Amino acid sequence: MVRVLNEDGEVVDGAEVPDLDGDELVEMYRTMKLARRFDERAVSLQRQGRIGTYPPLSGQEGAQVGSAMALGDDDWMVPSYREHAASLVQGLPLKQTLRLWMGDENGARVPEDVNLFTVAVPIASQIPHATGLAWASKLKDEQDKAFLCYFGDGATSEGDFHEGLNFAGVFDTPNVFFCNNNQWAISVPRERQTASKTLAQKAEAYGFEGVQVDGMDPLAVYAVTKAAVEKAKEPAEGELRPTMIEAVQYRFGAHTTADDPSVYREEEEVEEWKAKDPIPRLEKYLQRTDRLDDETITDIEADVEDRVADAIAAAEETPRPDPVEMFQNVYAEMPGRLEKQLEWFQSIRAEHGDEALLED
Amino acid sequence: MGENLTLVQAVRDGLRDEMAEDDDVLVMGEDVGKNGGVFRATEGLYDEFGEERVIDTPLAESGIIGSAIGMAAYGLKPVPEIQFSGFMYPGFDQIVSHMARLRTRSRGRFTCPMVLRAPFGGGIRAPEHHSESKEAFYVHEAGLKVAIPSTPHDAKGMLIAAIRDPDPVIFLEPKKIYRAFREEVPDGPYEVELGEAAVRREGSDVSVFTWGAMTRPTLEAAENMADDVDVEVVDLRTLSPLDEETVVASFEKTGRAAIVHEAPKTAGVGAELTATLQEEALLHQEAPIKRVTGFDVPFPLAALEDYHLPEPERIESGIRETVEF
Ligand SMILES: Cc1ncc(C[n+]2csc(CCOP(=O)(O)OP(=O)(O)O)c2C)c(N)n1
Repeated sequence: MVRVLNEDGEVVDGAEVPDLDGDELVEMYRTMKLARRFDERAVSLQRQGRIGTYPPLSGQEGAQVGSAMALGDDDWMVPSYREHAASLVQGLPLKQTLRLWMGDENGARVPEDVNLFTVAVPIASQIPHATGLAWASKLKDEQDKAFLCYFGDGATSEGDFHEGLNFAGVFDTPNVFFCNNNQWAISVPRERQTASKTLAQKAEAYGFEGVQVDGMDPLAVYAVTKAAVEKAKEPAEGELRPTMIEAVQYRFGAHTTADDPSVYREEEEVEEWKAKDPIPRLEKYLQRTDRLDDETITDIEADVEDRVADAIAAAEETPRPDPVEMFQNVYAEMPGRLEKQLEWFQSIRAEHGDEALLED
Repeated sequence: MGENLTLVQAVRDGLRDEMAEDDDVLVMGEDVGKNGGVFRATEGLYDEFGEERVIDTPLAESGIIGSAIGMAAYGLKPVPEIQFSGFMYPGFDQIVSHMARLRTRSRGRFTCPMVLRAPFGGGIRAPEHHSESKEAFYVHEAGLKVAIPSTPHDAKGMLIAAIRDPDPVIFLEPKKIYRAFREEVPDGPYEVELGEAAVRREGSDVSVFTWGAMTRPTLEAAENMADDVDVEVVDLRTLSPLDEETVVASFEKTGRAAIVHEAPKTAGVGAELTATLQEEALLHQEAPIKRVTGFDVPFPLAALEDYHLPEPERIESGIRETVEF
């Protein structure tokens, strides 16, 4: 398993620290702190009924931020539903993420200039899409783009995972498949998902490289992803472009806010993994190498607090979508039948008023 | 004597009683074991029956449904759960290519007596793909039975009938009413026969056909307009096979019909009902048949879902259109 920092933030023997300058390292730290704070606030907003069901990410900041920072400007990201931090790095505003989990489709609308695919909820379904995106890029002779696709350990059991990776191998597409192995697929532990020793080794069956990395070590994740991205664009002689990365990590919180993990997992296990928390780990490393002092940490914390508060305010100030939006974007042009349904709906709204139609 | 149970508790009660009755019955799926199902429909079964009869599977719908087909063909009675009906599609191939036609294709040598359960429908403020209502897919497929209970009593009795049925049954549970109300449910196994509709409210002016979670708002609409219109409400309960007799008899009595479902309108089960009434009872028809349904759009997220789902006001407006024709 690839590792750069141990749990105390010391560089492990023989490891190579990736080539990031001080500012970039502090930026990595800041983004991880931002993601953690965002996550804590989102969970609490859900408890207050201000957003709907929400999938938390705390514990996975190292894997998300480390991998996302390894992408170049033209590379693409294909997320599942938990990549709030990775998507932020790629350019999706936090406000949008909040809007989506508030139940507004517009939150899933990615700005035109951001190379980010739309959130996928059905498990593993985004994997063949990522293969197709990369394949199209190859067919267009682009040669300078990699496509990074995220999914969980549970996703490796679905047919879509196998079909997506198999195509990637056969057509040698510029893909990086990034498995967030957070040990659990809701209540089902990793051992119940597969009898394989590692998830990374599954790549072997498709003819390309699989790498296992400490997913709570942001520097190791960055290094491994960077190498995979480069290989996707420029493989060595006889080497296939795709890579599957298994980032071994842990999600501290529930699967979603609708889930109660105390039914199936031990608190001790959570505590053990908290000792590997990626944030203090990077913090200690940065302090030890004089890139971060207490004052900067305090500044970062204040900055992060503001940015999360701003995102929440902006999301909550956005008006509810107009119900007419339900009918839009289903087709490029609204078919006559649907238009008639919209007309009838509007007459019902006019007759009864929105209040009557909205359940409390 | 019985107990006052919610619909989801009644499902659990039905599973429990039938597992106790018949050792061949087993439950399998994602999170059904230790976790007791994400809606708690299998709660306690793992402790009572053990991990060989209440099986946490890998996350793979095609694997779950496909291996259940094999088990059923080999003499067990698997009751796989798909966590949300919106996630049946990765297993759709197994459902329509194999589960539905094993009996036909093997000329009766192999059969598939399994029950595929899934929570379905909207109204619980869930994320994308968690609110689908696609019963029409399964009704369209010969060889399957499709059952949708609307009360706790029916949920238990229909589930047990489905498990005992020699054919594969798609058992869709309206999750909006999983915990909406309680009803007295008898102890021990009992059956509510599949293929029989229930007349929930007698009336003489117009027949309204519905099922699942839409039954309650339909009854509410009927009450709201009771002063001037006498509405008959028929809860179909089983969409396949359809209780044509009850449907046609009700229509012959009233001469007018509305159909309420939350699934999209186009090619929904409402279209099938309308065509059936035209074929069987055209001369009794006094007005166009009105469909009050979800719209032909993907089920919207929470912020707009109330607008998508038919509720009493919209249902009443629809019924009035056919009554006032
Ligand atoms: C096809 C499909 N089946 C079931 C579900 C319900 N579901 C949502 S998340 C989840 C577990 C996912 O586990 P994993 O892939 O390990 O990702 P994690 O959520 O742990 O990051 C399940 C079963 C789904 N979304 N899609």
